[in-house]
Amino acid sequence: MPLYNFKKITVVPTAKDFVNIMLSKTQRKTPTVVHKHYKISRIRSFYMRKVRYTQQNFNERLSMIIQEFPKLDNIHPFYADLMNILYDKDHYKLALGQLNQARHLIDNVGKDYVRLMKFGDSLYRCKMLKKAALGRMATIMKRQAPNLVYLEQVRQHLSRLPSIDPYTRTLILCGFPNVGKSSFLNKITRADVEVHSYAFTTKSLYVGHTDYKYLRWQVVDTPGVLDHPLEERNVIEMQAVTALAHLRAAILYFIDISEQCGHSIAEQVKLYESIKPLFTNKPLLVVCNKVDVTPMDQLSEASREALSIFEKNNVPLLPMSAITDEGVMDVKQQACDTLLAYRIENKIQAKKVDSILNRLHVALPKTRDEKERPSCIPEKVLQKQRLAELQEFKKKLEKNLEDELGDDYILDLKKNYDIPEEFRHDIIPEFWNGRNIADFIHAELLQKVEELEKEEALREEAGYYAVPKIEIDETLREIKELAQKIRDRKIINRNESRMTRQSSKPTTPRTAPAKARGRSATDFRNTMEDLGVDMEGTEKAHFTKTRGRARSLTRSQSRTNNKKPRMASEQRLVSTSRSQSRLPRNQSGVRDSAMQMKLKKVAHKAIAKKVKKQGLKGEADRFIGTKRPRHLYAGKRGIGKTDRR
Amino acid sequence: MRIDTCYFCSSKIYPGHGMHFVRNDCKVFKFCRSKCHRAFQKKKNPRRVRWTKAYRKAVGKELAVDPSFEIEKRRNIPMKYDREFWQMSMEAIRKVTEIQKKRQSTYVMQRLRKGREVEQHRDIREVQRDMALIRSPAAGLKQRLATEEKLLEEEQENDVEMVTATEEENNIDHSKLSYIKI
Repeated sequence: MPLYNFKKITVVPTAKDFVNIMLSKTQRKTPTVVHKHYKISRIRSFYMRKVRYTQQNFNERLSMIIQEFPKLDNIHPFYADLMNILYDKDHYKLALGQLNQARHLIDNVGKDYVRLMKFGDSLYRCKMLKKAALGRMATIMKRQAPNLVYLEQVRQHLSRLPSIDPYTRTLILCGFPNVGKSSFLNKITRADVEVHSYAFTTKSLYVGHTDYKYLRWQVVDTPGVLDHPLEERNVIEMQAVTALAHLRAAILYFIDISEQCGHSIAEQVKLYESIKPLFTNKPLLVVCNKVDVTPMDQLSEASREALSIFEKNNVPLLPMSAITDEGVMDVKQQACDTLLAYRIENKIQAKKVDSILNRLHVALPKTRDEKERPSCIPEKVLQKQRLAELQEFKKKLEKNLEDELGDDYILDLKKNYDIPEEFRHDIIPEFWNGRNIADFIHAELLQKVEELEKEEALREEAGYYAVPKIEIDETLREIKELAQKIRDRKIINRNESRMTRQSSKPTTPRTAPAKARGRSATDFRNTMEDLGVDMEGTEKAHFTKTRGRARSLTRSQSRTNNKKPRMASEQRLVSTSRSQSRLPRNQSGVRDSAMQMKLKKVAHKAIAKKVKKQGLKGEADRFIGTKRPRHLYAGKRGIGKTDRR
Repeated sequence: MRIDTCYFCSSKIYPGHGMHFVRNDCKVFKFCRSKCHRAFQKKKNPRRVRWTKAYRKAVGKELAVDPSFEIEKRRNIPMKYDREFWQMSMEAIRKVTEIQKKRQSTYVMQRLRKGREVEQHRDIREVQRDMALIRSPAAGLKQRLATEEKLLEEEQENDVEMVTATEEENNIDHSKLSYIKI
């Protein structure tokens, strides 16, 4: 069925739309900016590109249309004929041919103008050439307007055609209008075709599908056919005729025996006669519909005679009523069966079957002789089976024991152990002092242990385990003590050096007093005394003569011209030659302690006053409420200063 | 049921303790606690980690090779139970463990004895080298000099008595000597 699907043909735009699409595409997909001062080759290539691009687009689109429409020569003759009837073969071919022509013309125009573009010597000329090229292409397309419109209509109609597969199992319903073909279709398939009581309700072909014998059957409903020569038939009738002519299917010819359709039975038989050539080489059934109105046995003599033709020609005549469902299933089954038989017969006649039959082979072994050969069972097995039947020889199971003893039963797994009876219920030790006993136990254990003991005894004798006494004499003990002392001393020294190294960094704050020197003559004396040196009589020794402050003081005084110091602090400052840290600010310029006390009071009062007045927390309170007041920072500034607003 | 040994620290794993790790090549690693398991996960080598039995044995801190260790071994040879044999072997096991303990402890003690000697050597060296830290070489120098001088004077007096006063050069020499010594 996907073989003939005309639903996927793309839309064919009208001529105007076609041109618009192409031009706007060119505009969108090619560069748009060019200036006259560009190099002429660049300008030329810019316009050449536009022309070529448009031409290519036209070409592509037209080829697509031409390709997508089905070619009448290539499709199944049923569809070819149907399309001929519906759309007029000549018109269809002409339309497609003209589109092909237009495609060639556009290609030529494009080629010509690209060539001409080489002679364009300015931007303006190039532009005009491009304009002319696109204009000519557009006019060519405009001339195709009626063709495009026609093709669009064809496309729309094609997409609505029923998808009939000409190769599958098909039943075709035909007959006069209004004889009940569509009602039958509605009965046996899920199709929902309009059914009315007037002629030509069905105006085109309809398809329904039904299942029979696990196969899918296509049922084609045709419009009614009238009895007149082929040339006078209209489009609606012709569709039915094409279906009958080209589809290899079972044909159900419907006859209305009640003559309610407006045609007598004789007329209907006549029609059958006239379209008989279409039924050749196809299984045919004649269905007598509307039996509910006039049953078969109530027919008049004349009509019976008319129907007798079918019997003569060996065509089965089936009574049916679409309203009462009488015989509907019979008709369907018989039609399907005959068609299936017919198709199989056809296939067997074809050459294909031979190749399949050649490959098939069913093998059957031949009997060697008349001897019987039954299955063999060993004697032992048979014996066992016999014993099993006599319950006595059966082993007593735990289950049986349990049943016997009832509540007294205790499951004893040890009783069948393969060791002497009295050992069976021994508790075998596993661990001893955190060791696995199983690891020790083996056949040669005792032997090995004996050996080990012997060895041990030998060792004992040899004095292997005797502890040698370490004797420490007096000197050694002294040495030990001394060494301990030396070690302690070393530790102390190490710690001290560590401490001094840490503190000797220059981190003194302004207010801290200068660090006193650790070394001094007295210290030296003390340590030497500790080390056992007699320091008597060294009061005037060399090491006591330290460079005192006195000397530097005299020297500095001699330099400052004996100027009398005004204040105690000043004097001190001047007197030292060594660098000294500056005095704290609250002490500098203060003459004596009395003055200092007074100053302290004054300062206290002043600070208290300030704190109270400004609502501060204390002397060090430098709190600022808002760091960046909004009115000073936000908004536009006019003329004027920025620091004040 | 068995008491296993830890893969890492070779301690005992009693039933219901520790965990087993089965690697994808079917090797089973048993750990006595999470400490050992974690160390294993960090790919630590138990022979390089100080606190394990394996380290102590590898480095020679404990007795590693001895015929008494050969008796306890997993053998995978089944033996039928026999009450007498079991009783005897229990006794044997006790003996074996005793011997093991004895040998291990003597090994350790012998090893530690060496430390004493080393310590002594160290003490002697320390005293020889750094005696000055606790006792100055100059300590008692004055007394010694004083006693020496006294002895000299006594000698001189004796000499004067013995020899005539004509030899004055000797006297000068002595004074020079004493001067140099000071």
